[in-house]
Amino acid sequence: MDDVLGREYPQSGAREVSAGTLALHNVTRAFGGTRAVDDVSLEIGAGELLALIGASGSGKTTTLRIVAGHDVPDEGQVMLDGQDITNLPPQRRDFGMVFQHYALFPHMSVEDNVAFGLEARGFNKSIRTERARALLSSVGLDGAGKRSVQSLSGGEQQRVALARALVVEPRALLLDEPLSNLDPTLRRTMRAELREMLRRLRVTALFVTHDQDDAFAIADRVALMKKGKLLQVGSPEDLYDRPASRDVAEFIGRATLFPAVDCGTHAIITLNGVERRVGVVAERGPGGKPFVDAAVVLRPEALAFTSPGAETAFPGTIVGRRFSGTTMTYDVLLEGEMTVEVASQERTMREGDRVGVAIVRDPVPLVSS
Amino acid sequence: MNTKRARFRTLGTWLIAAPVLAILLWTVVYPNISVITGSFSDGLANWRAFAVSPADREAMRATLIVAVGSVITATAIGLPLAFLLARTEFRGRRLIAAVATLPAVLPPLVGVIALLFLYGESGVVTRTVQRLLHLSTAPWTLSGVSAIIFVHAYTMYVYVFLFVSAGLERYDSSLDEAAAGLGAGTARRLRRVTLPLLTPAIAGAMLLVFMNALGSFSAPYIFGGGIRVLSTQIVASKLNGALGLAYVETTVLALSAVLALALFRWMERKRGYVLSGKGRVARRTVPRSRVVRVAVPTLAALLVLVLVLPHAMVVLVSFARDGVWTTQILPPEYTLDNFKRLASDPQLWAPVRNSVSMAALSTAANVVVCFVAAYIVVLRPFKGRRLLATLLSLPWAIPATAIAIGLASTFNRNDPATLRVLLVGTFWILPLAYFVRGVPLVATAVEGSLRQMDPSTEEAARGLGASWWMSMRRVLIPAARPGLVAGAMLAAVTAVGEFVASVVLYTHANRPISVEILAQLRGFAFGTAAAYSVLLIALVFLITLAARWGERRAESAEGSSIAA
Repeated sequence: MDDVLGREYPQSGAREVSAGTLALHNVTRAFGGTRAVDDVSLEIGAGELLALIGASGSGKTTTLRIVAGHDVPDEGQVMLDGQDITNLPPQRRDFGMVFQHYALFPHMSVEDNVAFGLEARGFNKSIRTERARALLSSVGLDGAGKRSVQSLSGGEQQRVALARALVVEPRALLLDEPLSNLDPTLRRTMRAELREMLRRLRVTALFVTHDQDDAFAIADRVALMKKGKLLQVGSPEDLYDRPASRDVAEFIGRATLFPAVDCGTHAIITLNGVERRVGVVAERGPGGKPFVDAAVVLRPEALAFTSPGAETAFPGTIVGRRFSGTTMTYDVLLEGEMTVEVASQERTMREGDRVGVAIVRDPVPLVSS
Repeated sequence: MNTKRARFRTLGTWLIAAPVLAILLWTVVYPNISVITGSFSDGLANWRAFAVSPADREAMRATLIVAVGSVITATAIGLPLAFLLARTEFRGRRLIAAVATLPAVLPPLVGVIALLFLYGESGVVTRTVQRLLHLSTAPWTLSGVSAIIFVHAYTMYVYVFLFVSAGLERYDSSLDEAAAGLGAGTARRLRRVTLPLLTPAIAGAMLLVFMNALGSFSAPYIFGGGIRVLSTQIVASKLNGALGLAYVETTVLALSAVLALALFRWMERKRGYVLSGKGRVARRTVPRSRVVRVAVPTLAALLVLVLVLPHAMVVLVSFARDGVWTTQILPPEYTLDNFKRLASDPQLWAPVRNSVSMAALSTAANVVVCFVAAYIVVLRPFKGRRLLATLLSLPWAIPATAIAIGLASTFNRNDPATLRVLLVGTFWILPLAYFVRGVPLVATAVEGSLRQMDPSTEEAARGLGASWWMSMRRVLIPAARPGLVAGAMLAAVTAVGEFVASVVLYTHANRPISVEILAQLRGFAFGTAAAYSVLLIALVFLITLAARWGERRAESAEGSSIAA
């Protein structure tokens, strides 16, 4: 990281104190008849990196805009360190924000962009210049201060946007799809850089993305939204291994949902008249009652090939294959008209091959459908 | 492409370009040269006379004050209004948005007399105020520099409003949000981010106001009250027979306008950034303060009233019986006679027939010449391209009075050796003037349409075996059609209500509606003048409707050809 950032951010000591705890209490925001954000409660600890993910139209950007103060909720509160800041205008919140298209001021130089927040806070010119230069060099843009922002590449613009947000030592950093405008290779390096930098500065960060890989790579915790509602908040592993609902299981990772009968610690799957028993974990909520309409979540790596005649296997035919470098993923049409994805190190199988598919990782997640 | 074919194509381009260039050089450039050489006809005597004339010095000063004052007032109205409508949600917003451009729909002279009926010394508003305050004389006189600026502010704020509204529509509001998030309050955001980024739109609009005010003729002519400005001074000199002086004044006026334009273009090139066009457009917000929530719709209602009143006034007066409206606040008697007389008396109907036929002729010529010119400028690179583009935009920079004086000085005798034809005193001089004024309007619109077309479509059509004529008919004309329709509409609307060039060049036989309105006003036949004005507004409205219909037809034709 330091070979990119150059050197330690000079005021990093002071920042640890300034990182705030952010909380949303029952926030609701409707546009016309639709509730873009529907009764969302969420807490982000000091110095924590939380990713808000969801498909487009899920309400994640509206939530971010409410936190930033660019939008006001119809109901609910936004709290910073226990203080209600719901109606505080954005310029008085002391947050830094990185926009999807960066929103760099095209009529100002790189340095003036970075120094803008200091200018708004009344710092004199020499302090502004000094701090802006220090921060520019810490994001690897030494000497770029006099350039016009339009002469920068996408990755450089992103760094300027980050430097501009960080120079004011914000209580929290808000990032709206900060990686979506970068090409795939740059995107992978920036993921690692961003996480390392945010962790090192110990800044509280709320980060919105539609890309699960971005969220998993950067965040400590992930919050998943759909149609304005918060479906689940937890570590990436929580969401992947213990999805709270069918929606979570379908959005996070690749999965086939298989109808099953919930028997507590295990479930019964019936396919083509044959019953099989599989160990399950489930987020049952208070009371711990079994699900009436249950489905097991079969991830590609929980399945493996056996011979078609093996006792524990579901027989089927390969109908598609995709190579991803580390593994080969096969689409298998099981007898009983169900298609599953199977991840395998085996590269030689072709469409049309007869195979058996077995569940090799036990327990598997169980959700209510 | 082999060199022989390339040479053949270049020759073809020149063959199409030559007549268009010749027409433009003859009708646009030659008259200006004729004015400039005319100003030196007595050596430097005319220029010396101009330099020492107190009247001309006064006119220059007044022209400059009027132009700068108009820019300031028009911006002071148009800029906040554009921001209000783009950023704030309030009761009545849509109504304001609909009527905000009304002043631009009024033909120039009609706008001026509408304001005269309302705010003139014996206007309705003036008399109402006088009566309410029990004053023995009118509370104000609508004359002099301030009156001219008042009229300009009313008619020209629309440019600022439209330009800034368009700028705000493209404006990425996340830039403002970024500034707010970094701690900048409303004032700093405006000063450091929003206004600097809208500068091109604001400066463009201010230039337009400046150039219009610089060459404005109707308002100083009607409201000047002894105040001289360059445009009226030119006409006065010409009427007094001081042609040489008129040429000097015309040269000065035209050069100032061209210089202003050149300065603006230079500033535009210096600004090195473009707005990305990505990002989000601001959502309108309801003001948080209760006082503002009440005040804005109230002010808005008042504004709507102010904007609609002139139109309403013209319509009302058009039903007033001529000669009976003297000291009352409103005309005392109403009748349909004014319109009946217009329709039945051939003498009174002649101006309507003249305006319509002359506008039709000039617009048709604009469409043909400008289509060919725009086609060459956009799609046929050749050496004279820059010259052609400059010629097409030149009449936009030159005030109408200067255009008229130029035509009057050029087409005043038959002299084949100097390429002069006698048109002054004939029917044809006015269609020619309208044609010259319409050139930039139609050319810009058609260029815009053709630029949106992928240049390889024409090549694709030729590659598929289409003849030149077929690719013209099936590819180019359909691509240019939206611009042709919009440009033709603008040209026709301008021509049918044209006053400034007309008043310099008309004869009794081809007098247009605007000149007749002035004649009726002078005879105190307010009702008849207003009836003509209503007719003119109706004509403008009809032309706009026809253009909409043309656009829709073009769209549906496009749709069906895609479906097929």
